[in-house]
Amino acid sequence: MSTLPNKLAEIVDDFQAITERERLELLLEFSQELPALPERLADHPELLEQVVECQSPLFLTIEVADDEDRTVSLFFSAPPEAPTTRGFASVLNEGLNGQPANIILDVPDDMPEQLGLTRAITPLRMRGMTAMLGRIKRKIREAL
Amino acid sequence: MTETADTKISEYAHPERLVTTAWVAEHSNDANVVIVESDEDILLYETGHIPGAVKIDWHTDLNDEVARDYINGEQFAELMSSKGISRDTTIVVYGDKSNWWAAYAMWVFTLFGHEDVRLMDGGRDKWIAEGRELVTDKTARERAEYPVVERNDAPIRAYLPEVNEAIGKIPLIDVRSPEEYSGKRTHMPAYPEEGALRGGHIPTAASVPWARAAAEDGTFKSRAELEAIYLEDAGLKAADEVIAYCRIGERSSHTWFVLQHLLGFENVRNYDGSWTEWGNAVRVPIVKGEEPGEAPQR
Repeated sequence: MSTLPNKLAEIVDDFQAITERERLELLLEFSQELPALPERLADHPELLEQVVECQSPLFLTIEVADDEDRTVSLFFSAPPEAPTTRGFASVLNEGLNGQPANIILDVPDDMPEQLGLTRAITPLRMRGMTAMLGRIKRKIREAL
Repeated sequence: MTETADTKISEYAHPERLVTTAWVAEHSNDANVVIVESDEDILLYETGHIPGAVKIDWHTDLNDEVARDYINGEQFAELMSSKGISRDTTIVVYGDKSNWWAAYAMWVFTLFGHEDVRLMDGGRDKWIAEGRELVTDKTARERAEYPVVERNDAPIRAYLPEVNEAIGKIPLIDVRSPEEYSGKRTHMPAYPEEGALRGGHIPTAASVPWARAAAEDGTFKSRAELEAIYLEDAGLKAADEVIAYCRIGERSSHTWFVLQHLLGFENVRNYDGSWTEWGNAVRVPIVKGEEPGEAPQR
């Protein structure tokens, strides 16, 4: 049975512990904390892949280290006019960046639903986050 | 520039429905004017909004929680009162993505017969492009007393049976992208599911993507340009009844606004069930491909 890595599980717990209104505020905070791309990627947008399922432009890529754990680094780019998308990206970044590949592959596909936002946020937007997770997993599988 | 914008607006059939960013900057403090931001992205308002603007979210504020329908008269009265809006308030709506959701909010306000509701031409992007002020502080408006008014859907809202009945009789306008219209989109692996079982369009519907009505900066095109698109290319006549639809009714609200308020059509309805309903409904006809198709024999 798949489980969430600790960091992501903590984030889910944080979302679950508060009211719906507060969850949106928390997502906004996450959106503001999405790290900028490192220069080597910022100057080369063609190295990122667009997740077209998101209603706003969202680009991502991953790097898998050659270590024993096959540690995964995540990189996201989304414009400031898309705070919801940025927020989702930031949750995944915070919760999954630096994790071993097999741990990320074990994250349940419906993990975004666990944030408790499905009432406040439309299904299409939620699908955007699910798509991001799916894309990350696919890219990891390709890289292994 | 302002004069040019004012001249452009004065040429529309109902110029009182559209204001410039400059107008908003001058009037946002008027006691009887309330600026409303309505976006696709539920968090965008919080990242910065026009000083004094209140937020209305289409999904959580305007939709009923249980029924697939809009809120009722009592809920609307409560929503308006809580935002400091009275029945005689001038509402100016603006938003992201060329005002899709702003037009949608305006359309819902119109279901309740709110008389003076306008759009800000160019929406949020234009305001920002002009370097105008944005604030993040919460707008505190004094509560107002908005009366309970029953929604009157009939004049501007179409339901599935009426649309079915309209095939071959009155013009239907599909405002989605050409890929959605032809039905190609749901079959393209890299593209999102449209939430409908089948891809295509309603028989006889003409394809006029909403974006054709918008200029590069998100403002509406001039009346002459709009007439070329809707009257010449699409062959509509201002006296026609028209029904517009898209995927969930937001992009078609944009087209509803263009036809009704900018070109002066008198009988334009928005089919808000749109393709998510039609593409999943049992025993309704669809057409695939780039041609409008024929009305089915019945």
